[in-house]
Amino acid sequence: MSSRTTTTKEATADTVSATGLTGASRTMTSAAITAEADGFDPAARVSVNKAYKMYVGGAFVRSESGRYFQERGRGEVGGSADPLVVNVPRGSRKDARDAVLAAKNAGDGWASRTAYNRGQILYRLAEVMESRRDELRTSLERGGAGHHGAQAAHEVESAIDRAVYYAGFCDKYQALVASLNPVAGPHFGFSWPEPMGVVAVVAPERPALLGLVSTVLPVIAGGNTCVVIAGSEDARTAVLWCECLATSDLPGGVVNLLTGQAGEMAPHLARHREVIAVDAWSDDSELTAALEREGSGNVKRVRTHGPEDTARLATEAGQGLGFIERFLETKTVWHPVGV
Amino acid sequence: MTAENEKGLVHEGQASPPALDFGRAWEYAPSPEATDHVRIAPRQELYVGGRWITPRSGRYFDTVNPATEEKLAEVAEADERDVDDAVQAARRAYDRYWSKMRGSERAKYVFRIARALQEKARELAIVESLDGGKPIKESRDVDLPLAAAHFFYHAGWADKLDYAFQGRAWRSLGVAGQIIPWNFPLLMAAWKLAPALACGNTVVLKPAETTPLTALLLARIIEEAELPPGVVNVVTGAGATGAALAGHPGVDKVAFTGSTEVGKKIQRALAGTKKKLTLELGGKAANVVFADAPIDQAIEGIINGIYFNQGHVCCAGSRLLVEESVHDLVVRKLEDRIATLRVGDPLDKNTDVGAINSRAQLDKIRELVAAGESEGAQRHSAPCVLPARGYFFAPTFFTGVAQSSRIAREEIFGPVLSVLTFRTPDEAVEKANNTMYGLSAGVWTDKGAKIFWMAQRLKAGVVWGNTYNKFDPSSPFGGYKESGFGREGGRQGLLAYTELL
Amino acid sequence: MPGVAPSASVARVSSHDSTLSRYGSSARPAPYPLFYPPPPPVDQIAVEERAASLGKRSLKKGAKVAGLKLAVRMMDLTTLEGKDTPGKVRQMCRKALTPLDSDPSIGPVAAVCVYPNLVPFAKAALAGSTVKVASVATAFPSGQSPLDVKLQDVRRAVELGADEIDMVIDRGAMLSGDYAKVFDEIAATKEACGSTHLKVILETGELGSYDVVRKASEIGIAAGGDFIKTSTGKVQPAATPPVTLVMLEAIRDHYYATGRRIGMKPAGGVRTAKQSLHYLVLVKETLGDAWLTPDLFRFGASALLNDVLMQLEKERTGAYQASEDFSKD
Repeated sequence: MSSRTTTTKEATADTVSATGLTGASRTMTSAAITAEADGFDPAARVSVNKAYKMYVGGAFVRSESGRYFQERGRGEVGGSADPLVVNVPRGSRKDARDAVLAAKNAGDGWASRTAYNRGQILYRLAEVMESRRDELRTSLERGGAGHHGAQAAHEVESAIDRAVYYAGFCDKYQALVASLNPVAGPHFGFSWPEPMGVVAVVAPERPALLGLVSTVLPVIAGGNTCVVIAGSEDARTAVLWCECLATSDLPGGVVNLLTGQAGEMAPHLARHREVIAVDAWSDDSELTAALEREGSGNVKRVRTHGPEDTARLATEAGQGLGFIERFLETKTVWHPVGV
Repeated sequence: MTAENEKGLVHEGQASPPALDFGRAWEYAPSPEATDHVRIAPRQELYVGGRWITPRSGRYFDTVNPATEEKLAEVAEADERDVDDAVQAARRAYDRYWSKMRGSERAKYVFRIARALQEKARELAIVESLDGGKPIKESRDVDLPLAAAHFFYHAGWADKLDYAFQGRAWRSLGVAGQIIPWNFPLLMAAWKLAPALACGNTVVLKPAETTPLTALLLARIIEEAELPPGVVNVVTGAGATGAALAGHPGVDKVAFTGSTEVGKKIQRALAGTKKKLTLELGGKAANVVFADAPIDQAIEGIINGIYFNQGHVCCAGSRLLVEESVHDLVVRKLEDRIATLRVGDPLDKNTDVGAINSRAQLDKIRELVAAGESEGAQRHSAPCVLPARGYFFAPTFFTGVAQSSRIAREEIFGPVLSVLTFRTPDEAVEKANNTMYGLSAGVWTDKGAKIFWMAQRLKAGVVWGNTYNKFDPSSPFGGYKESGFGREGGRQGLLAYTELL
Repeated sequence: MPGVAPSASVARVSSHDSTLSRYGSSARPAPYPLFYPPPPPVDQIAVEERAASLGKRSLKKGAKVAGLKLAVRMMDLTTLEGKDTPGKVRQMCRKALTPLDSDPSIGPVAAVCVYPNLVPFAKAALAGSTVKVASVATAFPSGQSPLDVKLQDVRRAVELGADEIDMVIDRGAMLSGDYAKVFDEIAATKEACGSTHLKVILETGELGSYDVVRKASEIGIAAGGDFIKTSTGKVQPAATPPVTLVMLEAIRDHYYATGRRIGMKPAGGVRTAKQSLHYLVLVKETLGDAWLTPDLFRFGASALLNDVLMQLEKERTGAYQASEDFSKD
């Protein structure tokens, strides 16, 4: 099959001009087109391409704005074909608003479950992730966040182990952070930790899966509910992880995941008065400063993290009591002791 | 006033109305738990070094269903050589891999055990009731869920121990020899195994001789969870087996739950050795009911406190200390309440009080009840018909009990409550603490300050306020004084299986 | 005019005359002797545990069938809608008499429960049977009308032929601490009933805590109610096992103080046969055999009947039933 490129000005009757997917103008002779068409196998199986959506209130939804962005496929990875393009919802301000509402509605139910029950659900999440290990690894390799082969496999295993870690922390941190206060008087004084409420998380771009797990799970282990903006380089892995959440007995609305541009949505979350805390993992220091400023509007507890913090997520230092404790409020109670 | 008379209105000076009749109108039909899916192997071996092995002596002993007196299985009798094999296996496992594994990986093994307990819960509950006599309602709804919860909870500590001791460095102890009683056979195995494994120790477990079956099923679960061989070993037998285990020089830590009498023997035997020891022994807990208590709920707490698990509970509320001004009211309500207790076949879902665990225990209960009667206390027993076969005892309480009576001082370990009175909070404290035991206590009052005031003064390791017999893996449990030392559950429970450096 | 004979557990506070003078005034009396001895506190967690544990009783075969047949005979088949018509009520009465055409041994129910306007049609449809006609009254369901209006509501319902009156207490007065007013209104209603049987609806779903339910139960009994009843069915939550247990405990204490047996009726929220058996267990194990009779225990229900019939048919035939096999009246 031969093709000759000619300028469009010299197009003849037997050449056709087309704008290919590479964006460049490409002309083909009708013979070349015929030859390409002759290479098509009519007996081959056609694959079913998955639609990727955001995860809000326990359901998979498109953006209310109808906007989307595209991720490019990488051809065949892990033994199966990747679609040429994937259209991913581009979340809007209103999607962020809806996600906060879902998180708020789920708040009382999640906080009032026993710590044991929350631990059981997170352990179930680990079980589901383990059963989809290969799929998660393939997704990372296809994604834009750079992990391949052994690195991707290692990231998946670390993510699963981190889920097990936080599952086991749900009913432990209380004994570590609560206190009996030996007040100087005939009163019983004690302090205990409570969840804050709706926490907005801007997940790091990388590591795509481990970063999500490391920033979202400690927030909900403490009884909070969460709105998380996934990194835009590998939105597909984030959505796949939400499928694991959706099959883990996690009540809808406890974790809500938005895809799209953090720069577009995060400031609205930081301004939203129903959101009590923000946890932003972004290299964009202008964005993080803006979030801190906006958060002051209702005295939000705002934490921002730069590249050094993000790099630690891939290590043992990427998990610990501090990740839970920073999103807990302390309540102190007094009661007299007497007859 | 005619209408009122027809309804039986009471006028001044009349006797009180006839007691409520909890009789036979609308009898509940038998509701037996289906057991056809459960099979108990007729011969049970020892579980040592990851394998099922026959006892060196070739001897087996019978385990019997106390509700029917029928033999359930014959069980291997481990002698000193078998115990030695088990301790060696545990030592090898500790040295070669268990102490070298990362906590996060040990955790995942313990999570597997928890999961399997949930999956096999019904089978285990049935075997527990068959072997020990407790109602299926309790083994199904209390023992099994709590056992699974203990493994879940402690699995989560395995890789977080650096947080547990305020930054102090720690290390595991090595091989733990654990001897458990017959009142909560599987649950006690969970209370022992879970923290030991989470903290990196290996285990040799000796279940009670009248209730070995669920520990052996647990060993099967551990085998199916593919724990490395020798991490958990189960040696069945009686007192001699336990003594051999506690006395074995290769054991670094001994944990014992059982009678105070045997606990003292073990403590004596360990003197001069370097072995760590924790003991969870008997009790004679005071359940204190004030006049301002939520009375009907206090009655439930009293009933639960002494008749749950036939009173075979170390922390049973076996002494009711009731404020004198409400004594008669409480006694009348207790009489009504025990009339609705259903005693009988443990496998019937409606049974509230099952079989006494053994002939020996039944004899002990009868002896102490006879002592109570001869000491002048008044006996009130539930008007129930006991099955012709099996070891059963009707729920009973005594009024007119003196602080000095045997039934006020000695642990009966049966469904027998002693009722005493007090006048003031100070007197309640004095009487409650007037015992060599100190495991638990209950306080019933609507006044929060009084609950905390009493809790501060009661010499008991566990104080239940307006509730009773509540257990949780996150809640440290253990006694003061001769009820033992050391705690099980919670962060504090980890101290029993670690050494702080 | 004399009020109702007091029970030993609650001192009578007001005469009829002082009720009239207190009516409409801004005075807030709650004299100390109204509760003596005071009602015991109720521990929420423990009472809910006890109620739940009684729900674990397993009723099989003969016990289940006997219980369900008793539940049918204890039902007050109810329709209380603005859109009730004579036709609707006649059909319901037909069902009340013969719940299951294929088995005349089942039923009849204890009573039907309707609004006052529908009483004559129910009476006519049930003439010659044992099924009673209960009427709601006292500005049901809210009770937020002046007393004289409420009493006239009662008198008219009695005139129209009601055998039983289901009244509502003044929850506003209860929650603002005007216990004397609550008491007086019940006493006045009992008087207006004459010999007609009176059930006192506490509307437990509005009372906020078991302590208040206990207090309201004691007032309802002391002021002359023959039955105390949980709910109007118009407010959630309606009847629940723990609230029923609290009320049964008040009845128990009253029995031991006076020898008098007061009845109890959970209404609303009892939809399944399994739930109805749970309530019967609560009664049996709290008050004993004497209360297992429609004279002392009723279910206020509508959908419950068909579920009970389905369960009875399942026990009889061995097959799980379909809802369309049972008439929806």
